[in-house]
Amino acid sequence: MNRRELLTCHLPDKSRPAASLGPRYYTNAVFHTHEGKRVRFYDDLIKGKISIINFMFASCDKYCPRSIACLAKLQDLLGDRLGRDMFMYSFTLKPDMDTPEVLAAYAKGNGARRGWYFLTGDEYDLTSIRFKLFRLDDPLVDFSVDVHASMLRIINDNNSQWTSWVLPDPPRLIREVISWVEPTKPFAERVRENAAAQVEIDRESAVIAPKWAAYKRAHGWRESTTPRQNSEGTKRLKELLAVRSKQQASLRRAASIL
Amino acid sequence: MSIIKQEKSRKKRGSPSHDGSGWSRRQVLKAGAAAGVVTMLTSRKSLAQSLPPIPTQPPDCTPQPTNSPATTPFVSPLPIPPVAVPTILSPFPTLQADTANGEAARANHQDWFQFFPFVQYDIQIQPTLHQFDPAIPPTYCWGYNGIYPGPTFLNVYGVPIVVRFYNNLPVNNIGFGTNTHTTHLHNGHTASESDGFAGDFWSPGLFKDHHYPNVYAGFNEFPPIGDPLEAQHTYWYHDHRHSFTATNNYRGLNGMYLIYDAVDTGFEFPGQGPQALRLPGPYGIYDIPLNFTDKLFCADGQMFATAPDTVPAGDKFIVNGVIQPYFNVQTRKYRFRFLNSGPARIWTFNLSDNNGNPQPMTVVTTDGNLLPSPVEVISTSSDPTLQGLTVYVSQRYDVIIDFTNATPGTTWYLTNVAAQFVGNAPEPEPAPGVNIGNVVMAFNVTGAPPFPDESQVPSVLTTLPNISTPLANLFATRVWNFNFDVIGTEGDPANGTGKVFNVNGLTFDPNRPDAQIQQASAETWLIRNRFPGTGWTHPVHIHLEEGRVLDRRNITVNPNTGVATITNHRVPPLEQGRRDVYPIVPNDEVLIFLQFRDRFGKYMIHCHNLGHEDNLMLVRWDVTTGPSSTVTSPVYSDGTPNTGNGQVNSGAQPNITPAMTTLPDNFNLNPPGTSQLDRPSLTGSKKGVRA
Repeated sequence: MNRRELLTCHLPDKSRPAASLGPRYYTNAVFHTHEGKRVRFYDDLIKGKISIINFMFASCDKYCPRSIACLAKLQDLLGDRLGRDMFMYSFTLKPDMDTPEVLAAYAKGNGARRGWYFLTGDEYDLTSIRFKLFRLDDPLVDFSVDVHASMLRIINDNNSQWTSWVLPDPPRLIREVISWVEPTKPFAERVRENAAAQVEIDRESAVIAPKWAAYKRAHGWRESTTPRQNSEGTKRLKELLAVRSKQQASLRRAASIL
Repeated sequence: MSIIKQEKSRKKRGSPSHDGSGWSRRQVLKAGAAAGVVTMLTSRKSLAQSLPPIPTQPPDCTPQPTNSPATTPFVSPLPIPPVAVPTILSPFPTLQADTANGEAARANHQDWFQFFPFVQYDIQIQPTLHQFDPAIPPTYCWGYNGIYPGPTFLNVYGVPIVVRFYNNLPVNNIGFGTNTHTTHLHNGHTASESDGFAGDFWSPGLFKDHHYPNVYAGFNEFPPIGDPLEAQHTYWYHDHRHSFTATNNYRGLNGMYLIYDAVDTGFEFPGQGPQALRLPGPYGIYDIPLNFTDKLFCADGQMFATAPDTVPAGDKFIVNGVIQPYFNVQTRKYRFRFLNSGPARIWTFNLSDNNGNPQPMTVVTTDGNLLPSPVEVISTSSDPTLQGLTVYVSQRYDVIIDFTNATPGTTWYLTNVAAQFVGNAPEPEPAPGVNIGNVVMAFNVTGAPPFPDESQVPSVLTTLPNISTPLANLFATRVWNFNFDVIGTEGDPANGTGKVFNVNGLTFDPNRPDAQIQQASAETWLIRNRFPGTGWTHPVHIHLEEGRVLDRRNITVNPNTGVATITNHRVPPLEQGRRDVYPIVPNDEVLIFLQFRDRFGKYMIHCHNLGHEDNLMLVRWDVTTGPSSTVTSPVYSDGTPNTGNGQVNSGAQPNITPAMTTLPDNFNLNPPGTSQLDRPSLTGSKKGVRA
């Protein structure tokens, strides 16, 4: 772990959100951005922000391009919040190959805007934060650098809410997932959204429900009824009873013979 | 928007409840009282007053503790969750979602008037402080009605109920868990809109009415309440909000739900009619729920967790909300309802007396369904599957323990012998004997019962429904591969870049049904955990109807030659009844028979390891008017093509084979040489054996 963390992690810090897990959890390991800046993991990347974190490496030619393309589309959905309260961090899985210069070219090639950082650093630091962010409690998975290019972690440090998703997936879905860690909307807004959802459901039901009703009618099933004698059910119960008494009688017989 | 006005006026009055999630309906009730509905008010008010106060939420503890604080076992008695008390709901529940009064959006109730619910419950989902042990300070939890575990619902088949789940979780929630919520009744024969579908969650301040008709499956063919042979007796209800199920359950959102009928009456006295089983009862006295979970505590008493998919393995065994409790028993028979409420641990229970001698546990139900005959579990059993009671996440077992011959003054111990890497297959304990760290709870034998033990355990409990007709008319066999693997053709098998939990190469999207199944049809489903590369066990759960295990086998594939060897080919005794959770250990595949009756709408099949579930190992499937689909969804719901990962049976590929009623020995959807065998990533490891 970086020595710098030893100095900062135990100090009380008024500037960080009360709910935050803080540098004692996240560490203040030092990384290098593709712009060549030195950043501390908690203080500079996580503190007070919504962080969207994934792992990649520049030479990953088969899988990563689609994931990165998905993140590039996500940038546009985040709009001006990217770089303001939302930040995207793509950490490298192969720090020996991905120097800041390599990552800068990669970021440029993928049209990364302000607020989307590609980061590299010490391999130990990268592994340790990967453990904190993507631990699956299986050493062979957790230690393997190869399996992590599809995991997306979303953290809101202000309320210490975490969630995750997979890459590549529709950016529309990921934008919705990010909203789950944002503060709960005002009650009036929630009620409005609920009413809108109901309208949507009603529209779907208007198509589906008559089909269901017709299907039931075609099978001769009643849509509603007054309770009546459970004749079929009673019959089944009687059958069950007959079987049980028969089997118990045979068991008793067997016992008496023994 | 009348509810907003209510909400505002409540805020002005400085009501003690949470912002945006208050007691707006109390005012409605007061209006009701003015109209003279006195009984309604008193019952409602007394219930409201019995709710615990809402505590302020402490920040999460940090960093992750290596151990929970030290506790002394067997100092706390086993708590029995209280019984949920019916009430009269106001505003009265309606067929359509009552959005004007704050009900969350939903489709109309199916079969609402056919099973009109006169019995109504009001459940507040709210924060609370819960003491897990005298040595641990009170823990901030979430609970149904503010208690953990939630209240137990006692029901009778044929008596429909409606439960109003009112989300009173904190608006300014911090830390793990999310304040949006949905409740699933596991495994109720419930209509889709009341099933707690993972994507249909609602936010604080709103409620939703779940209609539980308490009917047997097949009520269209066997009117009015279905086939009594489809009876299921032990259910549980829990949070099912996708991506947060593990943390919301870890916070405490689960409880038990029992349904009795003329066979399983809940009482043991004679004269109940010849069909009554007279198993030990009643609830709370001789019929005891045991809700097992494990948690990790910080020194300040708060639970530790960060993300839903990384809820840590707990080092404290918790039964009904107490760490290693004791339970005073009399020298007679008891019925214990075992439930593994997760998040990930697989328990293997053994019972031993004060001398360390193994004692039998008699299993009468599996997942709440009566077995044809009781099955005895004891560590000395000749059948390896009966040497311990292995309970995977969300499985239930009703177990009769007979203390008749126990010596008063002695103590029996229930131990967990599965020393395991949580989520992976259990392993045998390294050393024999009763290790105190493995003891889950203790039974203190106090003395003779005040009344003679009139309970019995009949040698024949039930008859399984005759499935020969639907079995002869199967639509097909649908295959579900539960993988941890690359998805999409872009995945690089050599590097294995980017592996995720998936089913048939797809992850969950609540808006995308991956299978459409015609109502009133029957299928066999083949559930497989056969791809190399994971050591995880997946306890697979299917909503709507219980299934029958037709076959189960374990297959070892030689990674070099691709030759598959069947190492085991049998249905264990505890799977010979009806089930709703089908655990698949690595390299296992299980063939089950399922019917899709009575209901329409969206349901799920998913891994019930809550962490895997939150990693999107869920599939939405729909019951429709037909015809049944023959492929897994070829596209994501926004139109992005899912190209599969080169596996013969995934993604856009058909996942349907001709109907089978048992697994043929040479069955292999993936012929040798296909990509699944060429992937060397983790196959050479011994992870499946030793985690």
